[in-house]
Amino acid sequence: MALDKATVARIAALARIKVPAAELDALAGELSKILTWVEQLDEVDVTGVEPMTAVTHARPPLREDKITDGGIRDKVLANAPETTGGFFVVPKVVE
Amino acid sequence: MSLTALTIGQARDRLRRKDFTARELAEAYISAMAAARPLNAFLVETPERALAAAAQSDVRLQKGNALPLDGVPVAVKDLFCTEGVETTAASKILAGFVPPYESTVTANLWRNGALMLGKVNLDEFAMGSATITSARGPTENPWRRKGDNRPLVPGGSSGGSASAVAARAALAATGTDTGGSIRQPASFCGIVGLKPTYGRCSRWGIVAFASSLDQAGPMTRDVRDAAIMLQAMAGHDPKDSTSAPLPVPDFEQAVGQSIKGLRIGIPKEYRLDGMPKEIETLWQRGIDWIKSAGATTVDITLMMTKYALATYYIIAPAEASSNLARYDGVRFGLRVPGETLDAMYENTRGQGFGAEVRRRVLIGTYVLSAGYYDAYYLKAQKVRTLIARDFNEAFKSCDAILTPTAPSAAFAVGEKMDDPIAMYLNDVFTVPVNLAGLPAISVPAGLSADGLPLGLQVIGKAFDEETVLRVAAVLEDAAKFDARPAFVAGSA
Repeated sequence: MALDKATVARIAALARIKVPAAELDALAGELSKILTWVEQLDEVDVTGVEPMTAVTHARPPLREDKITDGGIRDKVLANAPETTGGFFVVPKVVE
Repeated sequence: MSLTALTIGQARDRLRRKDFTARELAEAYISAMAAARPLNAFLVETPERALAAAAQSDVRLQKGNALPLDGVPVAVKDLFCTEGVETTAASKILAGFVPPYESTVTANLWRNGALMLGKVNLDEFAMGSATITSARGPTENPWRRKGDNRPLVPGGSSGGSASAVAARAALAATGTDTGGSIRQPASFCGIVGLKPTYGRCSRWGIVAFASSLDQAGPMTRDVRDAAIMLQAMAGHDPKDSTSAPLPVPDFEQAVGQSIKGLRIGIPKEYRLDGMPKEIETLWQRGIDWIKSAGATTVDITLMMTKYALATYYIIAPAEASSNLARYDGVRFGLRVPGETLDAMYENTRGQGFGAEVRRRVLIGTYVLSAGYYDAYYLKAQKVRTLIARDFNEAFKSCDAILTPTAPSAAFAVGEKMDDPIAMYLNDVFTVPVNLAGLPAISVPAGLSADGLPLGLQVIGKAFDEETVLRVAAVLEDAAKFDARPAFVAGSA
């Protein structure tokens, strides 16, 4: 699949990655090459094959529904770029 | 013999005989680590921490109640969160991140007496095969081609780990392997690298790349050391729901056991067109060694091998695009301001991710996006089923599989770098193992014509690391690999 510049810009927006306009053409070329290469999977007949969604077939373990962790607000906030009064700070979302 | 020339097995025995102290061993490695700085293997050095832990080891050694890894200086791939020590995954987006917690695997190592020398370099978020995508600059391989002084890559993504262990700047290292990131650098640097079965080691506290493929493992100078390290790293962890609730066998005990009567599978699909003759020759030599040790070889077929890389380059980026969504400039790491919340996200991620990570997140986003999910991601998951089925079928007629580790020796910085797909081909022999979740090891088995190490890979059944180690030890004995890299840090 050959991706055009507009498609790359749309994926970049979905991925929340700013891509400078000057880089879109080159990136479209690289991504198209990779996608064309992975499309060799079209040769494989997968009729009736279940997708492999996990490596282990064991049933995921369940734990008791109780709080086992917490009370570590300062540790949680310790690496944040900006905090105030025990909260993360983000740009204004609601006008 | 200098202290940094010893293996873990040798150092352990001599520490217990009080030939030298844990402090002396730690000091020898601290000097070696400093001498190795031109390789750019270590991102953070933690000598004080190493000496403090060595002092505790010495108390236990004196009293005669030593722990299994007491006094063993270990380099930690900078993908493992280490409490109080900066952990960046070699990405700008995590610059300055100091985890308030310790990964389970490293905690297990320290609990068993090992000491941390420092954090070592990798490809950014472990995405790469040459340790050239690191935001902190490339790591060099301590080996050089005969008569050619150009720096070579150590392989990747655990290139800092491999380079440090090969240069005698660490006694052992932790690595992680998503598509070959332990085994391929081990092959390039002439050391042993073991990727355990998916679920053998906890993934808790390891910066996630592709969660259904990632697995931690040891990188060491010999097979026995890999067994000793894995023993300490492995085990069930309730904090990782994919960690296997199985007892950990005595891995070291498997080293040195006879392979008489074992059936070793040789997959014909691993004979690639255009593969260098010397890789072919090395593989044949491995087959001969196995036979002289009393095992038989069986021709097997892994039909889907040629589709493994394409499958991997859909599944791994898809999982990565999801895992890396957490780097949003809010809770940790880099923040680049923006007018709106979305602009802040986009600026942060635009500047924080390097070119290869950006490429993979975009591919992953695309193959998971509405309208393309079935054609790419679901299709790849189905082919993955077939790849795993191939191995299951093959293991009906054999106990382990022998292949080359990588299709070439280490290459120079600058080679294979303008084409992402050429770089991806490095992992052609290692990726199928991750897709199937199996254990595999790379053992140094010989030198290329220009004097660079080449590895052989042994693949085992799920949770049968013991057979993998048994076969690997036989190859090691037969290969008598005693070549040394051009640069050796430790001469104390």
